[in-house]
Amino acid sequence: MKTTKLTKYIRRYFPYVLVTAAFLICQSLISTGTMPRTTKSLLIPVCVYIVMAVSLNLTVGISGELSLGHAGFMAIGAFTGIVVAEYTGSVFSAPEWVQLLLAIVAGGVLAGIMGTLIGIPVLRLHGDYLAIVTLAFGEIIRNVLNCIYISLDGKKLHFAFNNMNIDGKLLFRGPTGATGVTRIATFTAGFLLVLVTLFVVLNLIHSRSGRAIMAIRDNRIAAESVGIDVTEYRMMAFVTSAVLAGMGGALFGLNYSTLAPSNFSFNASILILVYVVLGGIGNITGSIIAATVLYVLPEELRRFSDYRMLVYAVVLIAVMLVTNSTSVRGFFDRFRDKEQKQRKDGPENKTGKEGAHHE
Amino acid sequence: MSEEVKHKFNTKMVPFPSQAIVPERDLHKLPVLDVRNLGIDFGGLTAVDGFNITIGPTEISGLIGPNGAGKTTIFNLLTSVYQPTRGSILLNGIDTKGMTTHKVNKLGIARTFQNIRLFTDMTALDNVKVGMHNGIKCSFASSVLRLPSHFKAEKQANEKAMELLDFMGLTEVADQKAGSLPYGVQRRLEIVRALATSPSIILLDEPAAGMNPSETTELMHQIRRIRDTFHIAVFLIEHDMNLVMNVCEAIAVVNYGRIIAKGTPDDIRQNPAVIEAYLGREEGNP
Repeated sequence: MKTTKLTKYIRRYFPYVLVTAAFLICQSLISTGTMPRTTKSLLIPVCVYIVMAVSLNLTVGISGELSLGHAGFMAIGAFTGIVVAEYTGSVFSAPEWVQLLLAIVAGGVLAGIMGTLIGIPVLRLHGDYLAIVTLAFGEIIRNVLNCIYISLDGKKLHFAFNNMNIDGKLLFRGPTGATGVTRIATFTAGFLLVLVTLFVVLNLIHSRSGRAIMAIRDNRIAAESVGIDVTEYRMMAFVTSAVLAGMGGALFGLNYSTLAPSNFSFNASILILVYVVLGGIGNITGSIIAATVLYVLPEELRRFSDYRMLVYAVVLIAVMLVTNSTSVRGFFDRFRDKEQKQRKDGPENKTGKEGAHHE
Repeated sequence: MSEEVKHKFNTKMVPFPSQAIVPERDLHKLPVLDVRNLGIDFGGLTAVDGFNITIGPTEISGLIGPNGAGKTTIFNLLTSVYQPTRGSILLNGIDTKGMTTHKVNKLGIARTFQNIRLFTDMTALDNVKVGMHNGIKCSFASSVLRLPSHFKAEKQANEKAMELLDFMGLTEVADQKAGSLPYGVQRRLEIVRALATSPSIILLDEPAAGMNPSETTELMHQIRRIRDTFHIAVFLIEHDMNLVMNVCEAIAVVNYGRIIAKGTPDDIRQNPAVIEAYLGREEGNP
């Protein structure tokens, strides 16, 4: 019983340990100057994609709703973040870290509001229908952003729809997006955002609300029968996920000097979903590892030039084959579920589903 | 017996066979469930019609009938999974018309399912804690920020959940995944989960299905113990006549969506309509 509790704790806090260790290693490599420039430029996007994958896993894995519009919330966060950072920087001449903090908070809030508005109609649906409608909303967000122009005139922000003749300095110009953005995102901020995301998601999972969300996923009718408001808790998961995506988006936006709405197309949503699926649906640690490896891999594969995406595809297929092979699974299960052996009295545990582990 | 109930609906009085019986001890109490003329149509098919029942707050009653008679449909109507086409359901004196399932549960009705619906990937303990959902006072924010109220609520929930598991003799399996438990244990776990919602009436849909005779005998004692300990009403669907006749104080028999008999186990045993529904009509004896 004691070992069970210990392994439970280790499993519970492993994601934090993993991320912190990775951060410390990277920091020491940077300070000693051994990290190549190209790798260094990947650090912030990796943090962002970890945030995106973990937050999408909350919707797809924990809440069990296939959402294909996650990049839409990222886009809202990104452009809100850019505008807020620029505004606070030039009007209040706030220090960079304050700009960044406000940008991330604003990105999260706006994405959360959009998540709520989209959630009201979308969460009436289930399964494939929900996936299709979220896909559509992701595209709607991108197309609306294509038509928006925002300028800063002294202390006033001007908004225009499909009209670029507005006063002041253009911060955001429709399909061209934002150009000349001051790159204030830092690796430390990225690391902290990953920690915040993990803190929110893991604490939510291991709580009354999280149990309700997972109960709805496992059996909606039974969840309703024990007094759980299904709409409320599906909404909670969806909006939390959107807020975190918006925060990640804000950090992402402030990491590039130019960014266009086309960066957040349907492909970007699918990319995040690939991280979630390959990391294991419902498996938070898996999402962290998958996002890191699968983001870094194509960049490092540039030396294969034309064959880059071919190798990438082969790696994806290999990962799927390996993680689904029973012998490899059995090998890892031996480490993971040692306590399971002690209670062989019941019938065989048949839950061999992909990613049935929530840690 | 239900003069105390204030009806805010149904000003027009219609005749219906008032065969309702309740135990004497419940006579002057508000019935936990008072169902009037309940009916539902699915398209052109009338699945349930003219269903009346009154259940006292500490009564154990049964609902029996041949396969496809509409028993589970009645349970689904009582828990607002379906909205009735006709009639009304008064739960502790409150009309549940138009309410959602979770709201009806909050008003005091809990159930188990014929085909077990547990949260299979969660531990037995977590299943019970999900059942206690509305009894745990702890918001989203306090959980995410891990405020002291979260730990306090979780501790209380754990203790109460363990007590409930212990009540049904399931302490041993608290940490095991619900889906990996033997069938009979899963049925009992479902009852615990329903009890965790602190209901005033619990509906059991074939609780003894798939159980062996000794498990069934144990279940009979447990059903009585549920009533005696929590002072709640039990309404059960069951095909095991031994269990029904031994445990239930009143029995309603349905066939083709209509009540064909109501009464004490002894009445039901001798009722010719019931015998006919179950065994068919004797040749040359119309």
